[in-house]
Amino acid sequence: MTATSAPETSHTELIAPPRPAPERIRLHAVTADEVFPLLGSAAGAIALVWVLFQRVLPFTGALGFWVCCYGLFLILYAAVTAMQSGRRAVTDRLAAVAAASAALFALAVIAVQIGYITFRGWPAVTHLNFWTQTMQATGSLQPLTSGGVVQGMVGSLEQLGIATLLAVPLGVLAAVFLAEVGGLLAHPVRIIVTAMTALPEIVAGLFVYATVILTLGTRQDGLAAGLALTVMMLPIVTRASEVMLRMVPNSLREASYALGASQWRTVWNVVLPTARSGLTTVSVLGMARVVGETAPLLFTAGLTNFLNANPFHGPQTGMPLLIWAFIRITPTANMIERGFGAGLVLLIMVLILFTAARVLGGKAPGELTRRQRRRIARDARIRQITGRKP
Amino acid sequence: MSQLADDAAGAAEDRPRAIATRVSGADLAFRAVVRAAGLLVLAITGLIAAFLVDRASSTLHAVGWRFLTNFQWILNDNKLGVGAILPDTIIIAVIALIVAVPMALAAALFISEYAPQWLQRPLIALIDLMAAIPSILYAIWGFFWLMPRFIGTERWLSDHLGFIPFVKVPGSYQPGNFEDSTFLAGLVVSLMVIPIIASISRQVFSQAPQGEREAAYALGSTRWGMIRTVVLPYGRGGVIGAVMLGFGRAMGETIVTAIILSQVFTIVTHPLQSGGNSIAALIAQDAAESTPAMISALIAAGLVLFIVTLIVNAIGATIVARSRSGLQTAD
Repeated sequence: MTATSAPETSHTELIAPPRPAPERIRLHAVTADEVFPLLGSAAGAIALVWVLFQRVLPFTGALGFWVCCYGLFLILYAAVTAMQSGRRAVTDRLAAVAAASAALFALAVIAVQIGYITFRGWPAVTHLNFWTQTMQATGSLQPLTSGGVVQGMVGSLEQLGIATLLAVPLGVLAAVFLAEVGGLLAHPVRIIVTAMTALPEIVAGLFVYATVILTLGTRQDGLAAGLALTVMMLPIVTRASEVMLRMVPNSLREASYALGASQWRTVWNVVLPTARSGLTTVSVLGMARVVGETAPLLFTAGLTNFLNANPFHGPQTGMPLLIWAFIRITPTANMIERGFGAGLVLLIMVLILFTAARVLGGKAPGELTRRQRRRIARDARIRQITGRKP
Repeated sequence: MSQLADDAAGAAEDRPRAIATRVSGADLAFRAVVRAAGLLVLAITGLIAAFLVDRASSTLHAVGWRFLTNFQWILNDNKLGVGAILPDTIIIAVIALIVAVPMALAAALFISEYAPQWLQRPLIALIDLMAAIPSILYAIWGFFWLMPRFIGTERWLSDHLGFIPFVKVPGSYQPGNFEDSTFLAGLVVSLMVIPIIASISRQVFSQAPQGEREAAYALGSTRWGMIRTVVLPYGRGGVIGAVMLGFGRAMGETIVTAIILSQVFTIVTHPLQSGGNSIAALIAQDAAESTPAMISALIAAGLVLFIVTLIVNAIGATIVARSRSGLQTAD
């Protein structure tokens, strides 16, 4: 009746014998027709603008030069494309060039910034004392061979630790609420979380100042700074974690329920492990985002030149606040050099966290590592040869 | 097997079985805990508002509604207000958006539509990195690197495009006239807004349905034609929301405006001219003078900023959420 009577088909019969692969047609090949108009227009634009700037018009300035080059390049490229093909092709190619140049622009901004901070910060960080001393006994006019930023490094790491300890568990829990439990409340919570990701940094600092320091009557210390960073970090972690949890395939949840697991078991044993690498990335990216925040520290951390390893007592400065003090409060030439040095140290901290986030995770849920893929391929080969499970 | 046979035999009196899931105690506890975590986020936002109102009340009582219209910032006579600096804050944010929106959308389109597969991941990381670079580094880069290189351009704009309202800088030329300008601050802020708009728009664009893309191609569309008719209309809601979130972020940007601008208390009518202000910059710069009256005034200003950005952001977030982005679950 309902029973299937068809014989079990074995896998070996379904697999066709290997054939020589047919030569594939490459759909996305880059042709000379696409490359040379680009190169030619670029060269022509630069040459023409050079002639205009140097020989004809009384213009100077690097920025103007490159802006004119870009504008002329677009015009030349449009003209060349119009000669080859019709108007539709012109808009198509110009849109492609505009999109690509926006991405290049972002790359250039980051490259110039990192390059400039490294260049200006280099004199300070090459002195060993910059990494081991504090500014305790160093005046603003003393040379770079004295004083350092170790108090800021310790402060930043401890405040970041406090923020991470509070924001990551809470943020992931809130994300589980949004993605797994839901209900009437989920919508307002999601709206508020997204709105809070763009919360002005200074308001986070003011809030902790008004709550913890003015109301509870404590002094400025590392804990208050950590709490201010928590307020900044919580929405970032929550929103990104929810996206990660939603990428877990529903079929996995259904499989778990079909095996009789409760919701709690499903989340704990299926959803969270599947999204683990994504959640790690999200958390570490959140850390990288808040470690450089200056404004929340302005009211909460307290500025000090002394090393204070205890976040629960006394003012404890952080790296960004230290840069602010160097550049803003006592801007002598040496202090500005120190400011850039501290900027480089902060940049290194952010880059380490950022790279760690990419190395630790960065895979979509269910995406396999290279080793897992190799093992599956090997098992499939064994099955193909022997006709049974390895 | 036999179970199935029995069921079929008794099909005459088939009744749907009542399916009542009994929620176990562990599940109830689990739901309570995660619901509490969700509520906590709401509570924190509420607390921020409550405490800011509480601490700002003495200033708000003394000044009243004129706090929104007063131009000066003189503590002693209670002549306090955000009448000038709130418009200034908005001007900076608008300048930032004028630069950031085309850039961010073009970059998002490049990542989701043009870039080859192997380039997408690094580019997404690049945009993330742009968001992760600390604001104070943007600020010192803008102040020490960009400003000296930018004064010439500002002068050129003022000299040659001065017929456009607001562009001309009055008075004879002095380099100091062009330093610390609102336009420069807006430009640096725009670089910090680009990653926010770009990353949300990219997510929305990449969710444009594959079938409709292929349909556009099948009808003979070029790639740009496909983007214009499929991707952009699909992503419109998400892009508008992303721009609003970027606007909120730009208004709240503190350190860049505090370091680049030299404070004035008038509404900026010539963005290329030196001098400007924003609420966040005002709070940051006066943070050191912590007399109780000053703190109360600063918190009142912070409250205005918080309310304005929260409204803008909440509208943006609602639009993003409506646009279906990030709400689906993969099957």
